[in-house]
Amino acid sequence: MTMTTAGVLFVLSLVAALVAVHKPLGDHMFRVVSGTRSSRVERGVYRLVGANPAAEQTWGVYARSVLAFSAVSLLFLYAFQRVQDKLWLSLGFDAVVPHGAWNTAVSFVTNTNWQSYSGESTMGHLVQMAGLAVQNFVSAAVGIAVAVALVRGFARSRTGQLGNFWVDLTRIVLRILLPIAVLAALALMLGGAVQNLSGGTEAATLTGGTQTVPGGPVASQEVIKELGTNGGGFYNANSAHPFENPTAWTNWLEIFLILVIPFSLPRVFGRMVGQKRQGYAIAAVMSLLALASVVLTNVFELTGGGTVPQAIGAALEGKEVRFDVSNSATFAAATTLTSTGAVNSFHDSYTPLGGMMPMINMMLGEVAPGGTGSGLYGMLVLAVLTVFVAGLMVGRTPEYLGRKIGAREIKFASLYFLVTPALVLIATATAFATGNDSTTLNVGPHGLSEVLYAFTSASNNNGSAFGGITVNTTWWDTATGLCMLLGRFLPIIFVLALAGSLARQTPTPASEGTLPTHRPLFVGMVVGVTVVLVALTFLPALALGPLAEGL
Amino acid sequence: MRLPNWLSRHLAALRALLVLTVLLGLAYPLALVGVGTLPGFSHRADGSLLTANGATVGSALLGQSFTDADGNPVPRYFQSRPSAAGDGYDPTASGASNLGPESVVDTLDADPRESTPSLLTRVCARSRAVGALEGVDGRRPYCTADGVGAVLAVFRADGLTGRATRVVSVNQAAPATPFVATYEGVPVEPARPGEDYVAAGGLVTPVRGDAPAEPAVPADAVTASGSGLDPHISPAYAEIQVARVARERGADPAAVRGLVAAHTTGRALGFLGEPGVNVLELNLALDARFPAR
Repeated sequence: MTMTTAGVLFVLSLVAALVAVHKPLGDHMFRVVSGTRSSRVERGVYRLVGANPAAEQTWGVYARSVLAFSAVSLLFLYAFQRVQDKLWLSLGFDAVVPHGAWNTAVSFVTNTNWQSYSGESTMGHLVQMAGLAVQNFVSAAVGIAVAVALVRGFARSRTGQLGNFWVDLTRIVLRILLPIAVLAALALMLGGAVQNLSGGTEAATLTGGTQTVPGGPVASQEVIKELGTNGGGFYNANSAHPFENPTAWTNWLEIFLILVIPFSLPRVFGRMVGQKRQGYAIAAVMSLLALASVVLTNVFELTGGGTVPQAIGAALEGKEVRFDVSNSATFAAATTLTSTGAVNSFHDSYTPLGGMMPMINMMLGEVAPGGTGSGLYGMLVLAVLTVFVAGLMVGRTPEYLGRKIGAREIKFASLYFLVTPALVLIATATAFATGNDSTTLNVGPHGLSEVLYAFTSASNNNGSAFGGITVNTTWWDTATGLCMLLGRFLPIIFVLALAGSLARQTPTPASEGTLPTHRPLFVGMVVGVTVVLVALTFLPALALGPLAEGL
Repeated sequence: MRLPNWLSRHLAALRALLVLTVLLGLAYPLALVGVGTLPGFSHRADGSLLTANGATVGSALLGQSFTDADGNPVPRYFQSRPSAAGDGYDPTASGASNLGPESVVDTLDADPRESTPSLLTRVCARSRAVGALEGVDGRRPYCTADGVGAVLAVFRADGLTGRATRVVSVNQAAPATPFVATYEGVPVEPARPGEDYVAAGGLVTPVRGDAPAEPAVPADAVTASGSGLDPHISPAYAEIQVARVARERGADPAAVRGLVAAHTTGRALGFLGEPGVNVLELNLALDARFPAR
């Protein structure tokens, strides 16, 4: 079997598994977010938190709860890193420097998991498992909670109530993320991922050298890193590291974990609004974009364009033998189509056009299928923009799911869409204007790509990188930190505001002139709007970087 | 006393975070560490450690260097891939080179040890060295015979177009002789260390040369992995090492080839991943079966 055939089967098997699982998992998630019965553990949590599970919140209170939780998380994580040298299991590492601690705290709270540090030489085990990995769970749950609140906005009418954030957070963590994480962690441990508290084992190599075999609670962190579309590696090499991703089948499992929740959420959406076909339409948009991206990334990488890949005979620099080119390219596409940012190979050494694909995936706004929750709410905003564009064409007031998309709604949707491109382009320009592009490893167009990739990744809360660039300076830590923070919470505020305004409406019955939003025509239009908006926004920047290099 | 809303909300957030930290940050990982001590899990959870004569020699999942103190290959061992982790296979500094697909121009210094080679030159130098060690053709496209990137800076009369006025082989400093004597009729000069020919307006022009499209030295032998700790090499790279290792150990090449096959992992389920040879396990098996003379 050739590598291409095997690579195609690899993708098809993932598609088959996702199709098989999206229904039971989506139905389970639907029950979790719409259920009202609490388990004993949950009641205990509510009592400790001091939350009344029966009390619902308006969009403003919901948003303030999200922000309060994230602010407290940020401060806690910052302080945790600053005092790690005084804590158990610090492995002798110093306290993290202030700008690094700020960047990392923002990074993990915003579900970005951009890493300006090297895990094995910076973070002790306690900070990793009780600081960073906790945010892997809760930042993912925040994303799902916000998406669910938006869907409630579509599903409810004449109400200000969008649910209770503390209940959503607790139930999503305890009933969705934790059970899957435990099962998947056991599987990864059987595959060879390490799970211990060792500070490292000294080995005497066969030729008389020494090697420190590292330890750590890796498997437990690895699974939630993928499942929660977080992406922050326990070690610097992330999922390329054999202790995080030991075999070809663990690689398959990790890609599956990355995609499974985002691809199951449209089912939750369909069930919550009472029309499963609306969920299928959203899933179809996501699938079309995702498949196109996976295929293109594979084609570019397998054909091996660029001088160095031509000299090598394959685009193998920065890739592992056990994954080789195709399984690495598929991982790269999956990790950037979602907001994950974990890597099993190093995108900086990809072919010029192969390396452009992860950038485009992120520039799409990470909606195909996107991060846990953030993918669904991003895609629903694009659907709102699409009905608006369609409404302009035929001169009717646009509607989506019986909700009128008026001036207020379209303002929130447009603001949502504008945040990340503004951050990416302004920050990239600022880096060059202030000379901070001097920390790139590569020169010429590829150096520009490193800077553009960094801000695209930070602003879209992805976390992957063209890793050659040095970003642990004060300027870079501050700038990427601000991009991550604004790129996460401004859109969340706009989404919740949109949800609030939708929930207040009285549904309009569908008439003859209503655009059906579950037909292939609508699916095609959303794909078109997404691609056109992104192309208009980013083509000039891409032309200076990867296109200049690759064409 | 009733607290202001914003304060009570932040206190609720803090309590929620603390509860979840105990649950997700301590109970969950530590329970799995506990599972990791159980039979069936403990070997792998501890890092798949390998021992020889009672001493820990490494991990089955982490590659290592089989070189002497000076970094030269020890010929009785199968060699791993190049590594960008620290000085090579250092798990305290895992990572990749991150050099891009058009990294083709070296930064030359008057002291050659201070020069920074481009990715292309690294690939060419490795290919040449592996070819010499294994007695196979080490030539590759875009590489010079002396093992650097075959790249010219071409200065043209009208900037991007027009006739060539000056041509420099950017990766070859004197005393090296440029890999081509003339280009478009213009004699090719060797590079002078410290000069930036690209900034000076030279057009970077890699030259393909006449090397075979399918080089004898496999791709994984000339590239650094993503982790820098890749435990595997391709079966093709193992194959070109068989003759040398057999010769060094006075073993039958067929028997060595049999050991390679025994330590080759195929695709999982027939289609996941690519076949690889675990180098450390193979070398341990060699030491046991054919101890060095």
